[in-house]
Amino acid sequence: MNRIVTLLCLLIFASVPLWLQDPYLLNALITTGIFIIAAMSLNLLLGFTGQLSLGHVAFFGIGAYVSALTALGFDVPIVGDFHVVHVPWPPVIGFVLAILISGFCGYLVGRLSFSVRGAYFVIVTISFAEVVRLVALNWVELTQGPLALTNIPSITIGLPGLGYLVLKTKLQNYYLVLAVAALSYFLIARLVHSHYGRAMRGLMENETLAVAVGIDVTRTLTLAAIISAGIAGAAGSLYAHYIRIIDPDVFAFITTVTMVIMVVSGGKGSLAGPVVGGVIFGLLPVFLRPIMPPEAQWITYGGVLIAILFVLPRGIVPTLAPLLGLARKRGATSAKAIDVAEEGA
Amino acid sequence: MTVQSNSRETMLSVENVAMQFGGLVALSDLNFSVREGEILSLIGPNGAGKTTAFNLMTGFLTPTRGTVKYRGTALKGLKSHEIADLGLIRTFQRTSVFPRDTVFDNVLIGLHRQGKVSLLDAMLGLPRARASERAQRERAAELVRWIGLEARANDLAGSLSYGEQRLVGVALALAAQPKMLLLDEPVSGMNASETHTFVQLIRNIRDRGVTILLVEHDMPMVMGVSDRIVVLNYGRIIAEGTPDVIRNDPAVIEAYLGQGARQVSKKVAAHA
Repeated sequence: MNRIVTLLCLLIFASVPLWLQDPYLLNALITTGIFIIAAMSLNLLLGFTGQLSLGHVAFFGIGAYVSALTALGFDVPIVGDFHVVHVPWPPVIGFVLAILISGFCGYLVGRLSFSVRGAYFVIVTISFAEVVRLVALNWVELTQGPLALTNIPSITIGLPGLGYLVLKTKLQNYYLVLAVAALSYFLIARLVHSHYGRAMRGLMENETLAVAVGIDVTRTLTLAAIISAGIAGAAGSLYAHYIRIIDPDVFAFITTVTMVIMVVSGGKGSLAGPVVGGVIFGLLPVFLRPIMPPEAQWITYGGVLIAILFVLPRGIVPTLAPLLGLARKRGATSAKAIDVAEEGA
Repeated sequence: MTVQSNSRETMLSVENVAMQFGGLVALSDLNFSVREGEILSLIGPNGAGKTTAFNLMTGFLTPTRGTVKYRGTALKGLKSHEIADLGLIRTFQRTSVFPRDTVFDNVLIGLHRQGKVSLLDAMLGLPRARASERAQRERAAELVRWIGLEARANDLAGSLSYGEQRLVGVALALAAQPKMLLLDEPVSGMNASETHTFVQLIRNIRDRGVTILLVEHDMPMVMGVSDRIVVLNYGRIIAEGTPDVIRNDPAVIEAYLGQGARQVSKKVAAHA
């Protein structure tokens, strides 16, 4: 049942360009999609391990910069006449490197802060994001600082011998983002329904007990941080190659806040939560723009957020899904139910 | 009742253990061992050091002096999850479940040590991961049945009664496949019939080959279920032996049972 609904949603998203020709709306959908991927990665940490990463945009931004610099190449003086020179590589390699390097940063942040956790993790992540932003702003030789990295090439896909395709149009980028989003969703779903995910839930609910039955805290949380950061890096890379210009503002704190809003309003700890929250808060500005001035837009934005959390404190999906009969049948014991549970995963 | 038989392997040994919190001596020079396949109870009045001893044996505390060895391995310096990997599993007195998960999922979380598949397998849903997942679900279903909570399997553990939560706690401890199980006051707050069922459960667990160490307040229960009893008072052992020996030990009657000892003895006799 759940699987059918998921597939149906995927089909609806896939069919959007068929009936929506407006390039402005398509553009809004693409950027929304990118931020939904980032929000999904944040949800893995916030919703399934209970750790709030208030610097999550750092992983997004690192992904964007790594990917852009891989594709653009650079020539950076390190000491005296010693230069590090990188000739441009295809953007696809940049995409992969973005995931790996962001994931590695997730590992570092996780290792540093998960022995203490809670508020300390929040502080470490905020500080990390700020440090990375300052580096991007001041290491002008590498990042061009506030002048921004421009002319970032679009992602090219293809195989040697079969021809290449440069994903330049909005339509192509829409499907690229949709594919990455669907893949991320699938991977996260698999992960949280595996014993890794159960270990995360156990730690969030009752850490002492989880440890007593043999769950390794640091390992489990660090793993979640790595995967979460890697996916955020993938989103950043998509962003860089779609917008094709990035500056240190990609590390803006407000972006993290937007992700948190998407996750919390949609429902943290639910797979579909960030998607629903992301669609609402990603597209809300688009619909508000023609009818009210910017200040009123932000006020309305805040008003909608408060209204959602006031009426549905657990978020939209966890509250509404059971009413629609979509709640995942957890803990079914019969053989038939085991099949259902497996399908649902 | 098992007669003391030294031929059995020692599972857990507490050697010259002392524990101080600042200036307070919680335990001084504790020496005893738990043998394979027995039910050993640790009793003593409030403040005797039972919980401290329990926490030392599960690695939650490191002793000021002395060592706790599990099958010859010193527990000092091991992390809690590493101790669990040795097969030494504990239950908790108050927070014994994952409250926001179903009973079935609680047991599944307890099965964590069994279902280790590689991250790649798990994330891609490869056949190996699916097979392992299926096996774990079957095992969890079996355990839920065994503990007698089949009817509540899909209810949130936090919504269960106190006694039922204790059962869930035991089921998820068993899921971790203990070789030795340490139970921290498992029947406190249970009524007589729940206690009776629980005693039967403890015996069944022992019959599955699990060594049991019990820390308990409920005297009749302890007398009925234990093979051996260690009595603590003021941080030291004052008596050790079979329930019959303990029941008639003057030091225990005086120090532990105190005034009104005769009534309690009678009650104990009636229960046994």
